[in-house]
Amino acid sequence: MNAADTVLAVAQALLWPLAAPLLVGWVRKAKAMLQNRRGASVLQPARNLGKLFAKETRVAHTASPLFRVTPYIVFTATWLAAAAVPLLSTRLPTSALADVIVVAGLLGLARFFLALAGMDVGTAFGGMGASREMMVSGLAEPALLMAVFTLAMSAHSTNLSSVVDHQLAGGTLLPSMLFALGSLILVAVAETGRLPIDNPTTHLELTMIHEAMILEYSGRHLALLEWAAQIRLLLYGALIANVFFPWGIATTAQPLALGIAVGALAGKLLVLGAALAVGETVLVKKRLFQAPAFLNLAFLFALIGLLSHVILEQGM
Amino acid sequence: MAALGLALASSLAGLFATARRPALLRGLSLPLFALSGLAALACGLLALADGGSITLQLPLGLPWLPWQLRLDALSGFFLVLLGALTLAVGIYGVGYVRDFERGRDQLPPLGAFSGLFLLGMELVLMADGAYLFMVAWELMTLSSYFLVAFQHDNAANRRAAFLYLLMGHISGLCILLAFGVLASFSGSFAFAAMRAAHPDFLWASVAFALAFTGFGIKAGLVPVHAWLPEAHPAAPSHISALMSGAMLKVAVYGFLRVVFDLIGPLHWQWGVVVLTVGSLSALLGVLLALMQTDLKRLLAYSSVENLGIVFIGLGLSLIFLGTGHRLLGALALVAALYHALNHALFKGLLFMGAGAILHSAHERDLDRMGGLLRRMPWTGTFFLIGSLAISGLPPLNGFVSEWFTFQAALQTWQLHSGLLRTLIPVAAAVLALSAALAAAAFVKAYGVAFLGRARTRQVRRARQVPVNMRVGQGLLALGCLAAGVFPSTVIAWIVRVPQSLLGSGLPQAGAQGWLWLTPVSPTTASYSAPGVLLALLVLAGLTAWLVHWGAVRRVRRSDAWDCGLAPPTPRMQYTATGFAQPLRRVFGAWLRVDEGVDAGEGATPRHRLQITDRSWALFYAPVVRVLDRLTRLVTRMQAGHLRVYLAWTLGTLLLLLWVVTL
Repeated sequence: MNAADTVLAVAQALLWPLAAPLLVGWVRKAKAMLQNRRGASVLQPARNLGKLFAKETRVAHTASPLFRVTPYIVFTATWLAAAAVPLLSTRLPTSALADVIVVAGLLGLARFFLALAGMDVGTAFGGMGASREMMVSGLAEPALLMAVFTLAMSAHSTNLSSVVDHQLAGGTLLPSMLFALGSLILVAVAETGRLPIDNPTTHLELTMIHEAMILEYSGRHLALLEWAAQIRLLLYGALIANVFFPWGIATTAQPLALGIAVGALAGKLLVLGAALAVGETVLVKKRLFQAPAFLNLAFLFALIGLLSHVILEQGM
Repeated sequence: MAALGLALASSLAGLFATARRPALLRGLSLPLFALSGLAALACGLLALADGGSITLQLPLGLPWLPWQLRLDALSGFFLVLLGALTLAVGIYGVGYVRDFERGRDQLPPLGAFSGLFLLGMELVLMADGAYLFMVAWELMTLSSYFLVAFQHDNAANRRAAFLYLLMGHISGLCILLAFGVLASFSGSFAFAAMRAAHPDFLWASVAFALAFTGFGIKAGLVPVHAWLPEAHPAAPSHISALMSGAMLKVAVYGFLRVVFDLIGPLHWQWGVVVLTVGSLSALLGVLLALMQTDLKRLLAYSSVENLGIVFIGLGLSLIFLGTGHRLLGALALVAALYHALNHALFKGLLFMGAGAILHSAHERDLDRMGGLLRRMPWTGTFFLIGSLAISGLPPLNGFVSEWFTFQAALQTWQLHSGLLRTLIPVAAAVLALSAALAAAAFVKAYGVAFLGRARTRQVRRARQVPVNMRVGQGLLALGCLAAGVFPSTVIAWIVRVPQSLLGSGLPQAGAQGWLWLTPVSPTTASYSAPGVLLALLVLAGLTAWLVHWGAVRRVRRSDAWDCGLAPPTPRMQYTATGFAQPLRRVFGAWLRVDEGVDAGEGATPRHRLQITDRSWALFYAPVVRVLDRLTRLVTRMQAGHLRVYLAWTLGTLLLLLWVVTL
């Protein structure tokens, strides 16, 4: 670990919050185009954040101090989790600091506080959002960990840099990888609050999960929470893109390799974002109690992937 | 050894002082209790640091069966755990028992049996022979029975205590039989002789099965856990903390002592059994915890889950050791021990929190609490730390041990058996599921109790608890933080247990310095808890600074969003029952849920919801039926005539004489 790596790691960590609104902007743009609308600029989510930061913050009379620290905790934990995922380069000291289980743990920490903050004001919607979120995440988290374990077992490592390096060296997509990929996509959809589990654009309180939890937030607090949600989307996107399709990611700190990596990442995320937009256009939101079936499928995929790895592919 | 003497003396002194004057409970008995904990802590640390074993002959016992004490790394580790918790409980108890002084409850039994309970646990940990072990074990069981039955005015408490006594005796009987099997091979009740003898696979398995049943009952594993959620809530809260945090660990110690130390060569088949039972306990424990509305019952069921996780670790360790992977066996064992330590810290803390609520709001029902964080900020903060730790979230201690268990499970690829390679990932999946559900359970507990608005007037008027109760909780909260942020240091101590027990440590665990935790090798997995905490703080500081300078800082207090309709009342908040409803529907098949609406003629319709533990119907009821039938057969002998009984006696005597002459 030398100085160049450290500088690169800091740069990548700073890149996450900057790039996250763009991905959301692209998904919205693609969705608009699919619906024959022109759509807002890709920069619109970033502008929205700026607007929220410039507004005054309202806090309910009944809110406790926990309500006010939660946005900072959620944002920081999500950001740190993201910083441990290789974005441009696999030479990432932070991925040794926190392996993939820690990444899942940090996302869990953010979710724990978010759910608590939902219950803090003492309205029905917050509790409803918290209760639903904990159900969805309770089912999604094991699937996520199982999918990740499949990778970790074939790479013999839970450090994401090593996993990506192993994938680069391996080159082929084994059956277990395909199952893990399927599972991870389903989990990503559920965990980032997209259709068919949750609708990010709904304005009806009764159908919301994530939005119901943050209903009481406004101003800079809301900006931080929205920003964290955008980083989480980018995190899952980068995880899928770089772990399963690692081609193009930089393994050295050379400027040329980094340039290629930026291009490759942008390309992969454009494709993934477009796929998400297509998915959200053709699917409808499911009833809450059909979400478990969806997540059980993710869990089964992950388990099959893991079993097919330990039984079939051992020694390969 | 001076520490050892002090530990015994202070618990005895605590006992006698209270027996004479009830008021001394606070002034003398509980401080001595805490001192005894401190002595046990020091004693355990000494034993861990020493690495070898220290023996001491007590001037008690039978002439041919002397009571011998022995302290090695394993006893030392559990003494540290017990001591740390006892210290906190002793400090906390001084404030907590004040409630009982005004009540009608008898204080002398509380002081006396608390002292005896502690003495029993300490002796179990130090016994170096089956005889002393069993005496101490029964002392622990019986004295804790009286503590469970302390508030015996309540019929439910009497029932819980009786069930506890019954299960405690079955457990004791199994352990006694296990020792019997081992003693028949060694010819002596001393542990040293048992260690030297190696029974064959069949008899070793019999001993294992008996020991696992016996210690499993005490540790509250599914399906023999049913006594636990009844007994733990019934005891006074500081005793609940001790029972859940320490006594269950004493059962883990007994299992480790008998299986890993005494039986001899280990077999992986045992590991499969332990792993399966552990996984089932983890999953069912957390599901039932999620459904509870009584805070102390919720915590008790969560103990079932956590002991399940400990036994998952032990099962993994047995499998790895049985297949000859000593390093991995040590890894899984360290994971299990770490989780045992963590559970003692956070479960003790949470039970103390529940006790604090009981003390100041006189409420155990979550559905009647709310908004306590503002009324009791210290307890609220400590309970939050405990909740985060038990949910396995970084950077607290629960995460470290779950991370370690996952790391051990991920080494499955080194095994050759297809069965094991399939089974272990499934167990890991169960662990992941139960960790996620535990987070849901504690979001529910914390959110409903401490956040939102008070649901009853009593809770709205709750007051801060006395300072020593806060200190007791604070100590354990600090312990949770320390064990979470400096795992390498903690593991450097724990690793002495596998070193002395298995002869193999974890050479890589702290090889990269105290900052890094690398169980197998730095490339396989690494976690730097101090680094993560530092990074979190730096990023949080950066965010706060940027927001401070870049954003509009004005904050206005206003009413909560009410959809433009009537303002929300506290009754509109989600209750604990409501919070768990989605998961109740998803996992309904695993539980026995009886839900519906009772609408009689003209009566107001009432919602009915009853969730029962399936183990009652599936496990206990058949056992009770069989026993019932057997006792009916026996009653046929009971004719009520003296001459018939005399005939039976004569017959038995003749039969015995015939057996003896064979």
